[in-house]
Amino acid sequence: MKNSKLKNAISLFLTFMKIGAFTFGGGYAMIPLIQKEAVEKHGWLTDDDILEIVAIAESTPGPIAINSATFVGYRLCGFFGALCATVGVVLPSFLIIFLISKVLREFGNIKAVQYAFNGIRAGVLALVIKALWTMYKKCPKNIVSYIVIGAAFILTAFLKVEILIVIIGCAIFGLISSLIISRRSKA
Amino acid sequence: MIYLELLWTFFKIGAFTFGGGYAMLPLIQDEVLAHGWMELSELIDFIAVSESTPGPFAVNIATYVGAEVGGLLGSVCATLGVVLPSFIIILIVAKFFEKFKESRAVKGVMTGLKPAVVGLIGAAIITMAVTVFIPTGFSTAIFTDTSFYVSLVIFALCLVLALKKVAPIIVICLSALLGIAAGFLL
Repeated sequence: MKNSKLKNAISLFLTFMKIGAFTFGGGYAMIPLIQKEAVEKHGWLTDDDILEIVAIAESTPGPIAINSATFVGYRLCGFFGALCATVGVVLPSFLIIFLISKVLREFGNIKAVQYAFNGIRAGVLALVIKALWTMYKKCPKNIVSYIVIGAAFILTAFLKVEILIVIIGCAIFGLISSLIISRRSKA
Repeated sequence: MIYLELLWTFFKIGAFTFGGGYAMLPLIQDEVLAHGWMELSELIDFIAVSESTPGPFAVNIATYVGAEVGGLLGSVCATLGVVLPSFIIILIVAKFFEKFKESRAVKGVMTGLKPAVVGLIGAAIITMAVTVFIPTGFSTAIFTDTSFYVSLVIFALCLVLALKKVAPIIVICLSALLGIAAGFLL
């Protein structure tokens, strides 16, 4: 019994290390790989579980990769499993970025690299706008959404309100407005 | 102490960003710039590095900022900080999963948070655009500056490709090549 738990934990660690090492860009890019490893290969989860994990990851804070690793690990072997899966998924990026941080500054002195980053900055701006568009499409299209989008934008872009305060304010506004709407539809 | 400051700052970033990926960008931009740990142009460069390396953006940026500011221990502290909130919260949620799923309060909070992220990223894009297109501040001189037009053309091209769902890493490679070509030829 104890032996099989250790075996599962090691298997979780290695599997999530693989997932962490091979998903570029993070986030939802990781979901198909988790599905392939955890459902098809190891039979740890069902396809329905994956949908639930995505739903949970979306409504809890933090990166989706961390959320799903912790959740799958916990489902399989409790706290120890959650720890193994989470450390596994973080380790590859940690090591790679740590190594890169040693050389990135020195690269910056090369003329070609400077030119490359001049181009890259414009490319990154385009990628972030694309991400904004994707997130906008996933928002419900109603008056509450439009008010929150407008308020969050104006408060941070022009009035320089602290982002943490804006986030907390929008959460409270969403909670209150959904309570009012559900009470009205009952009456 | 710098290690505790890294841990606490990235803990806040991990605890208050919903939806993953670039949802973290506005808060990271706010905190990292306020602490003077990075310049906005460096942050934008790092987004490109993060897109071209595996792993979630939040973990990548935490590791990088931690390493720059406090070496190995710094990067461990920052990464631990950004991971810890989701780890703890998911452990709790996994225990009370059925209740959580049906919770009206959670759904209500999410109706506010999803659009909030859109507004926040919109605001982050404005400040990023200023750094990309007019890094030396606005004056009429930029209209005679070729690098302004180069950025504009690369941006437009990349936006079309990104909206056509070309992989981010290809968009970045292409923008890098165009940047190099423009730098040496113009």
